Amino acid sequence: MANEAEVKGIATSTNGHNGHATPESIGQRPKLPIEIREDVTIRFAGDSGDGMQLTGTQFTNTTAIVGNDLSTLPDYPAEIRAPIGTLYGVSGFQIHFSSKDIHTPGDNPDVLVAMNPAALKVNLHDLKKGGVIILNENAFDEKNLKLAHYDTNPLEDDTLSGYTVYKFPLTKITLDAVKDLKMGTKEGARSKNMVALGLVYWLYNRPLEPTMEWLKAKFGKNEQVYEANLRALKAGYYLGETAELFSARYEVKPATFTPGRYRGIMGNEATALGFVAASVKSGLPLFLGSYPITPASDILHELSKYKNFGVKTFQAEDEIAGICSAIGASYAGSIGITTTSGPGLALKAEALGLAVMTELPIVVIDVQRGGPSTGLPTKTEQADLMQALYGRNGECPVAVIAAKSPTDCFDTAFEAVKIALKYMVPVIMLSDGYIANGAEPWLIPDVDKLPEIISKKRLKAEEGKPFMPYERDADNARPWAVPGVEGLEHRIGGLEKQHITGNVNYEPHNHDFMVRLRQQKVDGIGKDVAPTELHGPKSGKILLLSWGGTYGAVLSAQEQLASKGVAMAHLRWMNPLPPDLGDILKNYEHIVIPELNLGQLRRIIRDKFLVDAIGINKVEGLPFTPHEVVSKVEEIMAKF
Amino acid sequence: MPDTSKMPPPPPFKAGGSIAPPPMKAPTGPAKDLNIDIPVIALTAKDFSSDQDVRWCPGCGDYSILAQVQRTMPDLHVSRHQTVFVAGIGCSSRFPYYMNTYGFHGIHGRAPAIASGVKAANPELNVWVATGDGDGLSIGGNHTLHLLRRNFNINVLLFNNRIYGLTKGQYSPTSEHGKKTKSTPYGSIDHPLNPVLFALGCEATFVARSIDRDPKHMQEVIKRAAAHHGTSFMEIYQNCNIFNDGAFLDLTEKDVKDDHLVVLTHGEPLIFGKNKDKAIVLEGFNPRVVNVADTTPDQIVRHDEKNPILASILAKMSDMEGFPTPIGIFLSVDRATYEDEMTDQIKTAREKSTGDLKKLLNSGNTWQVN
Repeated sequence: MANEAEVKGIATSTNGHNGHATPESIGQRPKLPIEIREDVTIRFAGDSGDGMQLTGTQFTNTTAIVGNDLSTLPDYPAEIRAPIGTLYGVSGFQIHFSSKDIHTPGDNPDVLVAMNPAALKVNLHDLKKGGVIILNENAFDEKNLKLAHYDTNPLEDDTLSGYTVYKFPLTKITLDAVKDLKMGTKEGARSKNMVALGLVYWLYNRPLEPTMEWLKAKFGKNEQVYEANLRALKAGYYLGETAELFSARYEVKPATFTPGRYRGIMGNEATALGFVAASVKSGLPLFLGSYPITPASDILHELSKYKNFGVKTFQAEDEIAGICSAIGASYAGSIGITTTSGPGLALKAEALGLAVMTELPIVVIDVQRGGPSTGLPTKTEQADLMQALYGRNGECPVAVIAAKSPTDCFDTAFEAVKIALKYMVPVIMLSDGYIANGAEPWLIPDVDKLPEIISKKRLKAEEGKPFMPYERDADNARPWAVPGVEGLEHRIGGLEKQHITGNVNYEPHNHDFMVRLRQQKVDGIGKDVAPTELHGPKSGKILLLSWGGTYGAVLSAQEQLASKGVAMAHLRWMNPLPPDLGDILKNYEHIVIPELNLGQLRRIIRDKFLVDAIGINKVEGLPFTPHEVVSKVEEIMAKF
Repeated sequence: MPDTSKMPPPPPFKAGGSIAPPPMKAPTGPAKDLNIDIPVIALTAKDFSSDQDVRWCPGCGDYSILAQVQRTMPDLHVSRHQTVFVAGIGCSSRFPYYMNTYGFHGIHGRAPAIASGVKAANPELNVWVATGDGDGLSIGGNHTLHLLRRNFNINVLLFNNRIYGLTKGQYSPTSEHGKKTKSTPYGSIDHPLNPVLFALGCEATFVARSIDRDPKHMQEVIKRAAAHHGTSFMEIYQNCNIFNDGAFLDLTEKDVKDDHLVVLTHGEPLIFGKNKDKAIVLEGFNPRVVNVADTTPDQIVRHDEKNPILASILAKMSDMEGFPTPIGIFLSVDRATYEDEMTDQIKTAREKSTGDLKKLLNSGNTWQVN
């Protein structure tokens, strides 16, 4: 990674120059005119072994450094190395960058970089009409065409008519660049993603330095690999310079950001940092019990690095042990958390009930993916809402909070801990594959301004007074009596508890009372739920109601539809729902709920508010594009 | 507080009799400086007995196990408030309610996972798991396996009655082949599991067996288990007088038990029988029962609890026709505990750099916008 000073140097060196600095080592000024674009979407696509995620990530980092707002969408197969050249082995990375404030990874891409025929086939239909295609023509051989199910070569028929196509022998250029490095053909050709990256850097007038620095840090110790990648990157840049094919280069000016220090961050990373921050702020140790599962594992990877913060990570034998160890750690006085995805949440259901019954503070993070069953492990969906709210035996209310964007994962994780500790309850945090792996610029929060976190820990026994583990405070929370404190010895468990004493109790009235009490406790969290985020007119014809990771797409759609009187409200707490929601819903004639499921929030809104909400639903494993939401809303409006 | 106007009144509760007694005055004097938790005032078995009525069936072997644990606790020099009993589900798993310590009655099979979390969060605590043959070897077999291999310093008491008691009499993973129960009217076709062999296979560092009807033996085993640094696994044969009465008669009845039991004592020869006239010898890897008179003392196997190979051979004997069932400590070896290594890693990381949140949030690719 480039250090701060160097990054700053690059960012400021753009001032005296129409566009960003070209690498000094290349030393050439752009000869072509530079056209200003407000907003560009590029998709890099290739074989899953072609390094497309890495290419996309590098382009993202550089784009962040030059000051654009951005949003990314990695889209990769579940197989680690799917057979080369196949349609199902295609891996893609989309980045949307802009000089404006943007909320999504973009609609249809303006540019498609396709490293092989399969990547072209899978992605072509998404490309904007008249869009730019950059191809590696070396990959369009008979074998790859067949694997991509092309009967004729799309470079030779009319498949690509209507697009601006740039064909380059990227493999050959790569091999030429690394010729004297004594690498095998297969090994040498591996750097072709860097040629593509260099070319796109040239086309969009971005500096090479951040990626050069990164290569140095990553491969510096392996001189041959470092040199090969560096040469390939520069070869790509030169290619743009010398090919004389392009009629212009493009530039996207920096966006206007709130002043401050920024970093690029992915959702899972932000989630992990949110928990570390909550641990530091509360002064309580963090314990993560987790079983690896896509797309949640990165939170485990990230937290396992922070031993210097006293973070304990425990890779459990299964999902159940993950949550049970977190419950045990919480009983013993730590912030117990567990990370998972939908199938894992199903396995944790019984233990979640135990946490509800024992009233221990834990946080369960569900990074949702396509279901049911194993479903679509690497794709996104919002279909675990009902499971999070209701998927347990008995009357078993659990507080549920949903993150809206990659950076919001930080605040959501922090808030989940805060509420869990304040109310002595388990909290489910819903994220999803899209925001977990998506990245965006993050205004780094001021540590001193993070909210206080208060726990209900009982530090000593009251003289002469027997300890009552199930007595209540004003929040209906019971005391957190941690083993090791003399005089607070008590027994808890999954059997029904007697009010106040916490002894096992099967009496009818007591059970009825305790069931209602647990519900009331969770409902009471409403007083800590912030007013609903509202965009657009305070009343009118249509309110778009969103939750979780569809926030960006729905907000972009609302911005486009604002002139037609469309408003948008976004839900953060799914249980309890914000107390002001009922009144907000009354102010609009129609409530439209876009969701990546078959209408789970819609069902809840209908149930709780008797509102005949209309759904916009999609379950393709992909997030909404703003365009999809706009056109669906327009369809709905046309009916009224 | 709940809006009680809309709710029926909570049932009355007694603030006196039905709750825990006032805290024990047990100041930990100079011992605290040594980081050893020794109560100055000696505790008794009664101090470890909670105020809850014990609800096992009259005559159940569980009473004996509870009594031996309560009797042993004062000798272990641990405080009640530093002790946690964790259990799953089943008759055995009601155990924590009857111990006047911290206690957690978890969910079926998951006690080892809960206990691991407790111990990881606070390695200073004395953590015990009470489980059964169903809870610990069927629904929770996976967790037992992983607890044993990780070697948390946790003591596991596995009550083996070879039956499901709390669900009223189905066969368990340790029930003998052919057993007729409510769920196997034609006889069980499951092959039974040998808990000691299982624990040895899981790379447990302490594996022992005792019997509910031999209080003295059990107390000794409990003491050794508690002293062991690492996971200690104790299988305790326990009679369920309702659903599987007499399952261990051969091992408990005065006139026959000596011919069916061999007591393992480290360094001692394996001699058994009413008249101490039988012995175990090894032919290659195979044990043989011989008459003491027909052999020489140096041929008789001397128990070595540091030898895992011998432990496995001895463990298998309880499944073999004509062999005595060993009780005692099969294996007791040293291996680093999970929590010690976890603590070390954290300590090392902190020596390099203590966590600075501001620095952490500002790490990676950052840039300034003015």
